[in-house]
Amino acid sequence: MGNVFSSIFSKLWGGSKEIRILILGLDGAGKTTILYKMQLGEVVKTKPTIGFNVETLKYKNISINMWDLGGQTSIRPYWRCYYADTAAVIFVVDSTDKDRLDVAKKELHTMLKEDELSDSALLVFANKQDQPGAMTASEVSKALGLAELKDRSWSIVASSAVKGEGLTEGLDWLIDVIREEQEL
Amino acid sequence: MSTSTYKRFEDPESGSLPDKMTVYQECLQAFNASPIKAKKCRALLSRLLRLLYNGETFQKTEATNLFFSVSKLFHNADPSLRQLGYLAIKELCSISDDVLMITASIMKDIQGAEPVFKPDAIRTLSRVLDGSTIHAAERAMRNCIVDSNQAVCSAALVSTYHMLPVARDVVRRWANEAQEAISASKTLVRSPYTTHDNFGASARLPQSTYFHQYHALGLLYHLKKQDRMAMLKLIQQLTSRQSLQSSFAVLQLVRYVASMLQEDTSGQLAQQFWPLFNSWLNNKSEMVELDAAKVVLAPSSRFNQEQQLKAITTLQELLSVPRTVTRFSAVRLLSRVALADPEMVRACNSDLESLVNDPCRSISTYAITTLLKTGNAQSVDRLVKTIAGFMGDISDEFKVVVVEAVRTLTLKFPEKHSSLLVFLGDALRDEGGYNFKNSVIEAIFDIVKFVPDAREAALELFCEFIEDCEYTELAVRVLHLLGEYGPKAKKPSLYVRHIYNRVVLENSIVRSSAVIALSKFALVGDKQLTASIRILLQRCLQDVDDEVRDRTALSLRLVEGAELKSSTRARALLQPETRFSLAALEQQLCRYVRSKDKTSFSQAFDIKVVPRHTEEEILATEYKAKIAVEDDMASMSTQAKMETITSKNEAHILSTEGGRSSSKPVAASDLAARSNLLQQQYSQELSGIDEFQDYGLLLHSSGVVELTERETEFIVTAVKHVFKEHIVIQYNVENTLKDIQVEDVTVMTQLDTDDYKEETAVPAAMLKPDSSVCVYVSFSRPADHRMVLATMTNSLAYVSKDVDESTGEPASDDEGFPDEYQIEDLAITPGDFVTPCFTGSFTSSFDGLNNEEVAVYNLGRSEENPLAKVVKRLSQSMSMTPLEGSDMVDSSASHTLKLFGKSINGDKVAALVKLVSSSKGVMMKTQVRSSDSELAQMLANQWE
Repeated sequence: MGNVFSSIFSKLWGGSKEIRILILGLDGAGKTTILYKMQLGEVVKTKPTIGFNVETLKYKNISINMWDLGGQTSIRPYWRCYYADTAAVIFVVDSTDKDRLDVAKKELHTMLKEDELSDSALLVFANKQDQPGAMTASEVSKALGLAELKDRSWSIVASSAVKGEGLTEGLDWLIDVIREEQEL
Repeated sequence: MSTSTYKRFEDPESGSLPDKMTVYQECLQAFNASPIKAKKCRALLSRLLRLLYNGETFQKTEATNLFFSVSKLFHNADPSLRQLGYLAIKELCSISDDVLMITASIMKDIQGAEPVFKPDAIRTLSRVLDGSTIHAAERAMRNCIVDSNQAVCSAALVSTYHMLPVARDVVRRWANEAQEAISASKTLVRSPYTTHDNFGASARLPQSTYFHQYHALGLLYHLKKQDRMAMLKLIQQLTSRQSLQSSFAVLQLVRYVASMLQEDTSGQLAQQFWPLFNSWLNNKSEMVELDAAKVVLAPSSRFNQEQQLKAITTLQELLSVPRTVTRFSAVRLLSRVALADPEMVRACNSDLESLVNDPCRSISTYAITTLLKTGNAQSVDRLVKTIAGFMGDISDEFKVVVVEAVRTLTLKFPEKHSSLLVFLGDALRDEGGYNFKNSVIEAIFDIVKFVPDAREAALELFCEFIEDCEYTELAVRVLHLLGEYGPKAKKPSLYVRHIYNRVVLENSIVRSSAVIALSKFALVGDKQLTASIRILLQRCLQDVDDEVRDRTALSLRLVEGAELKSSTRARALLQPETRFSLAALEQQLCRYVRSKDKTSFSQAFDIKVVPRHTEEEILATEYKAKIAVEDDMASMSTQAKMETITSKNEAHILSTEGGRSSSKPVAASDLAARSNLLQQQYSQELSGIDEFQDYGLLLHSSGVVELTERETEFIVTAVKHVFKEHIVIQYNVENTLKDIQVEDVTVMTQLDTDDYKEETAVPAAMLKPDSSVCVYVSFSRPADHRMVLATMTNSLAYVSKDVDESTGEPASDDEGFPDEYQIEDLAITPGDFVTPCFTGSFTSSFDGLNNEEVAVYNLGRSEENPLAKVVKRLSQSMSMTPLEGSDMVDSSASHTLKLFGKSINGDKVAALVKLVSSSKGVMMKTQVRSSDSELAQMLANQWE
């Protein structure tokens, strides 16, 4: 019974629409940690994700399906299976891993060329800011060549998943953009 | 899609499946939608599953698409959608790529708290994991195995079976968890589903079914089966404090123990396990009791008689339980035991008799056939009466079973022929299909052949039968039999009228066989009768059918010729004294026709090489085969083993038969044919050896004698072949060593008598590892063809070489070293000069022989010499046919064995052996009579 009411209410308040957000990035960037920090508010111990994790979270009256896909080389080819119907992509970068920024850049641009993602917003988390030697957001932005992106709403936010810094800020931006674009 | 077609596949009875591609498209659409409509997706998933379960399959790309779309359902929390999702993924795993993608999601469910789909998740995981990813799941799986929820625990254990082939080493580490699971008590978790009203009142649900014990035991067995000590320990643990609550687990344990017993070569294990079986025979579960009894009573079982009787007692109690299945299994088991050992089952006779009227016809049929087997001469009459009472109620198939049982009874108790014949006569008059009638006819044929006293009564039955027989095939066979035995009867003219009636009334096939049958009556020697037959045959010359006229003309000519006495040939054709061995004839003809060498066709087929048998010999082999079939059914499993050993010789003979015998249980005729063929095979092999070319006809070949243990480096068996002037010993040498090759294999023999002179030896040039060869040694027999007994010491001589493992050949410069290998002594026994023979009346044959020899022996302690074993050994070693069912031992205290045979010189020999078993030991009195006094003396005194 409770479900019936809540679904009626959610319809009334315009929250009926679910949105899909993908969390992508190289392995060990902190995707799973970010997912559970946002959903549960706590830092969980994670193992390399074989496959994907999916969680639903309510944020500002919108229900968001967060898909955290594994970042290992062997799993990256399957990202595309989950592109359809995606409102936004959160791309997580390990700011301390300067050596692999090139790889990250390549993966990011390949991904953004996909037709299915042409309308999706892009949020980049320059993660692991709590660690010494981390690059700043603008350095990461430059390294990833974000300025070259056209016809896309994008933003980069410095974050630390373990401390919870920057996550809300980034998500807020993302929700605003999605609301605007989809006129929710 | 219209409504009607849409609805059609919703109906499970309609049998038509939903369209594959429609389901595929709809699935992709619905599963990728946002938000997900759980109800619709559930319906689609079940449609997809129905396709998959019906064997439909998808292309790899389609399956992969489906797999990924199903994986997208995982963000919906609906438990039943999740369950169906798991089922679908489980099916898709085998045809889809990249199933690894689902791992993280499954692991989350497994570690989560929701009990509803946790078991499904575990089961799916086992399909997804491979050798490299199993480590990620190891901890979770271990936790699940020891989970307190029974469903979770069982699912984890069963999934582990599937992971065994993938990652044996990882699973091996879970043995401790499995061990823990088997002894822990688990509870069935009350989920909202199981306690729902529709499911049944929740109060009735048991706390636990202990089914996980069954699953855990299975896993432990797979982990430990190679390690005998670990298995023994496991069995001890599980039985010491009643830790197994599940009957299925106990049952499984019984079976594991049974398989251990079978592999046990020492024979010690059975007694060690007896206390366990004793408790299992009184288990609360009927199926455990049944299975324990089955093991204890198995043909190869090493349990002693007392223990087996205990199992019989258990079965006896099970005969009166309400559950039909249990009664059936118990009675079937008893009937199998009764084949081998009727004495043991006799205790159950009163219970079996109450089952005769069981509402389940299968049970009653088994009960009756068992009773017939256990019945002694006194009870036969009563039993037959009981069966006659309900023959009308049962179907033809069961009637055939009953008739088969009666038929073996007639062979066992020839003196009871009158009541049995009445029964068969009634059966013959009853309504029935071809198979039933055929089995009755077969049974009466046996009576005619083997029970001379009942012959005329049986023939009379046949006369009556052909008056009104609807099956041409049967009428033809019966007419042939009448032609064969009618002339030998007291009043042959009696049958002539019946046969001639057929000529007047039947179709052409029956008429032509009636003509041949008639012609045989002309040779009786009664002038008046011969004259009448000729008149009758002359009438047949007017027949409308060509075949009938042809046969009549031929018969008339033959009869005339035979009458003039000028032609023994005509007589031989009408009443042959000897007949060809049909199996050998077939084999020879096949060989002739298939010969690759075209020149062999320039010579006509030589009929002389085909051995001929007298009627007595044919009957003896037939009789032996008929009795043997019974024994074989009882020891089917042991026989299978034996066959692999003996069949080496027979293998290529049987292959020419086109695998006929493998498709069904060895039929009587096959067995008879096989023993003939073996003899034939021997003679062929021997005549192929130059040294033995001019030895003439092979008179007798002994059975296979083992000269070594079965587990030695070289396994040697011997066969003794007796010729007119020679005796040839064939040694079959098998090399069981993997790394030794031997060359120049000979057998050195030393005889304890001078009557035999060693003539030639045929050595084998080379014996490779894991193969076998034949070595022959021949001796000349004494010039006066006396039968001389002897003992020879044997030793194997050879040159041994080590084999290089890489090439499988010995090194080229290896000269090897000569070696000898001692094998057991071989005796030439009286049995080597005797072939089994059949006679219809033992007493008259026995009385008709004049030289009698009597000997008395004490064979030693009765425990070591159960009478049944002694009887078997006697008939084998004397190489004679046990008659009148005297090879079946009815009592453990005393027995009389009647044996009959014929020496290679053609002298008949009969032996009457009386056995008495007492506390002093087994006493044996052999009374041998023969037309050859020397033979009688040898046979009677061979146990000195």
